Amino acid sequence: MQTVGTYKGVDYYAIDDMLTDEEKSIRDTVRDFVSEEVIPIIEEYNQEMHFPMQLVPKMAELGIFGPTLPVEYGGMGINNIAYGLIMQELERGDSGVRSFASVQSGLVMYPIYEFGSEDQRKKYLPKLAKGEMIGCFGLTEPDFGSNPGGMITKAEKVDGGYVLNGAKMWITNGTIADVAIVWAKLDGKVKGFLVDKGTKGYTAPETKGKLSLRASVTSELVFSDCFIPDENLMPNTSGLKSPLMCLTQARYGIAWGVIGLAMECYNTALNYSLSRIQFGKPIAGFQITQEKLAYMVTEITKAQLLCYQLAKLKDSGKMRPQQVSMAKRNNCEIAKNIAGMAREMLGANGILDEYPIMRHQNNIESVKTYEGTHEMHTLILGQDVTGLSAFE
Amino acid sequence: MKIIVCVSLVPDSTTKVKISDSKKSIDENGVSYILNPYDELAVEEALKLKEKNGGDVTAISFGTDKSKEAIKKAFQMGADKGVLIKSGSPDFDSYTVSKNLADFIKPLNPDIVLFGKQSIDFDGLLVPSMVSELLGIPCISVVVKLDITDGKVTAEREVEGGKEIVESTLPIVIGAQKGINDPRYPNLKSIMAAKSKPIEEIAATYSGNKTEITEMNLPPAKASGKIFVNGKDDVSELVRLLREEAKVI
Ligand SMILES: Cc1cc2nc3c(=O)[nH]c(=O)nc-3n(C[C@H](O)[C@H](O)[C@H](O)COP(=O)(O)OP(=O)(O)OC[C@H]3O[C@@H](n4cnc5c(N)ncnc54)[C@H](O)[C@@H]3O)c2cc1C
Ligand SMILES: Cc1cc2nc3c(=O)[nH]c(=O)nc-3n(C[C@H](O)[C@H](O)[C@H](O)COP(=O)(O)OP(=O)(O)OC[C@H]3O[C@@H](n4cnc5c(N)ncnc54)[C@H](O)[C@@H]3O)c2cc1C
Repeated sequence: MQTVGTYKGVDYYAIDDMLTDEEKSIRDTVRDFVSEEVIPIIEEYNQEMHFPMQLVPKMAELGIFGPTLPVEYGGMGINNIAYGLIMQELERGDSGVRSFASVQSGLVMYPIYEFGSEDQRKKYLPKLAKGEMIGCFGLTEPDFGSNPGGMITKAEKVDGGYVLNGAKMWITNGTIADVAIVWAKLDGKVKGFLVDKGTKGYTAPETKGKLSLRASVTSELVFSDCFIPDENLMPNTSGLKSPLMCLTQARYGIAWGVIGLAMECYNTALNYSLSRIQFGKPIAGFQITQEKLAYMVTEITKAQLLCYQLAKLKDSGKMRPQQVSMAKRNNCEIAKNIAGMAREMLGANGILDEYPIMRHQNNIESVKTYEGTHEMHTLILGQDVTGLSAFE
Repeated sequence: MKIIVCVSLVPDSTTKVKISDSKKSIDENGVSYILNPYDELAVEEALKLKEKNGGDVTAISFGTDKSKEAIKKAFQMGADKGVLIKSGSPDFDSYTVSKNLADFIKPLNPDIVLFGKQSIDFDGLLVPSMVSELLGIPCISVVVKLDITDGKVTAEREVEGGKEIVESTLPIVIGAQKGINDPRYPNLKSIMAAKSKPIEEIAATYSGNKTEITEMNLPPAKASGKIFVNGKDDVSELVRLLREEAKVI
């Protein structure tokens, strides 16, 4: 039977009262899924540095790939609060699992829907929604991370298509992807290509030695004289703005996701501190511990409110990318602080794999870096409020 | 196949229950409700029967407006229709529930009526068998495995220390026990579809109650544990207490 009710999340400000029945139901079904299917196995996969592939059909069955897209393309037509809550619950399990879903939905299905031709939409979207195809998104290069506009991967027009040359790095799902969205310059202008697995001249070796996001596949994408047919160019892109629009989607999901990570660390630390006795009383009774708990619950609540209003802005079409930067920047920062404090509160136990904290603490390092580093979001906000760019 | 599944709403099993001032009911403040977990098994079994044999699944609940939540959860799992038999009062006993369900179900002539073997709130274990009696059809309850082929029903029941295989025929009432299946997670598709499924509301046919709750009490608080600190000198006392007080050896 389902474990409905055993994990309650964190809701200090009765934020549940602002959610519709449907939003709560969607959250709860993903919550149960994570409790039963992700949490019991994830530590092992993390240690082995494997992505749990068996979860893909299960997530597809739940309907969480591209769920905000219209039904005719395999989506569910859900709103952005429900989407955010899905990300929150997945990341309570593991950032790697959430990353998989974020990439599939926000970085692969979204651009195909937004910039693809009708044929491309029909060819890829339903299969991606069903988990029959896995996608990845290649923007970052070895020498161009925060500054993707400098990319050197390039496409040349030839008869019947294009020839791609260059390399992408740090690409989530790369090795396991059936289709890669690859951003490359054609005559100096950024364009998006759909590169199918098995295309001649395209390889995607896995990145080794990661100490973070170990239950997620990260890869390099290498293109050497790789021929891409005309029909695999996405027709409706408009320069660097297009991949940045994708990043806005994925950052939005991250802003929600890391709340789940923070909740899991907070709950673990709270429970531990209530049962761990030192100096004759629970460590929760000491002022220093309470200071940490008060910080955690306050920051989680603020993060929830930030995301809630961001979702409302997104659903009403009023959201600006800079507002997403604020939520991504803030929520990753507080999640990282919370994971660190939780680790401290568990003393030596905090370093063990019996508790989820050290894994989350390691994962948040990637999450804080990808989709725009903390510093880059600072500069985006700085530019927005002053009108002066410190980076361009 | 015409499949009916009866569902009820119960307090979440993690809720700390308090007794209300009247001492005849629980204090509902701060209590969250869920679909009775055994009913969840019944809904899953109903959906599996539908997937195998075709037909439709109607979820029925007897209760107050609040019980609509149980029907909604059944919708989210995939039930096709929902009916609330509306009780005028929140105080009803197992007979009132059974009588109302049976009155409504009888003219529908279903092939199968599924229940959870019990609801986790009052633990009556009565409703499936009462309904079957009132309908005049057989009942097999505490079922951990169910097979229906060509109108023949084969059910495995849990009995003390073992299993029992029981055969019968349709139409039948089944009470589901843990182990019969692994209920599905409602997926986004069915959650979204549930929104537009109407719940039919009909009036109760009976409100008499054959029993009355006179008083409710919480179980006595657990006595604190006993710690023995004198090493082997305490062993004989420990053995005595295990035998005479705890009665475990
Ligand atoms: C696990 C993982 C998965 C990833 N998945 C993907 C993926 O699927 N697709 C994809 O395209 N990319 C992916 N990335 C790449 C990620 O987006 C980049 O790592 C990120 O954009 C930062 O780029 P960089 O690593 O090259 O760091 P750099 O850009 O080299 O930055 C290094 C440091 O310098 C700082 N810095 C840079 N410029 C400035 C400035 N102007 N002012 C002040 N400070 C500055 C940065 O904030 C950072 O602290 C992934 C990364 C990781 C770790
Ligand atoms: C890898 C490793 C190797 C080790 N090697 C050794 C070794 O060789 N020999 C050895 O003897 N020990 C060793 N230790 C144990 C280490 O010294 C203890 O873990 C450390 O003293 C903390 O104790 P604890 O883990 O029981 O945490 P706890 O004492 O339970 O503390 C938990 C949390 O409560 C806080 N806390 C406790 N009391 C108070 C208070 N009064 N007010 C406010 N906050 C409080 C702590 O600061 C901490 O954040 C090792 C630990 C590790 C992780």
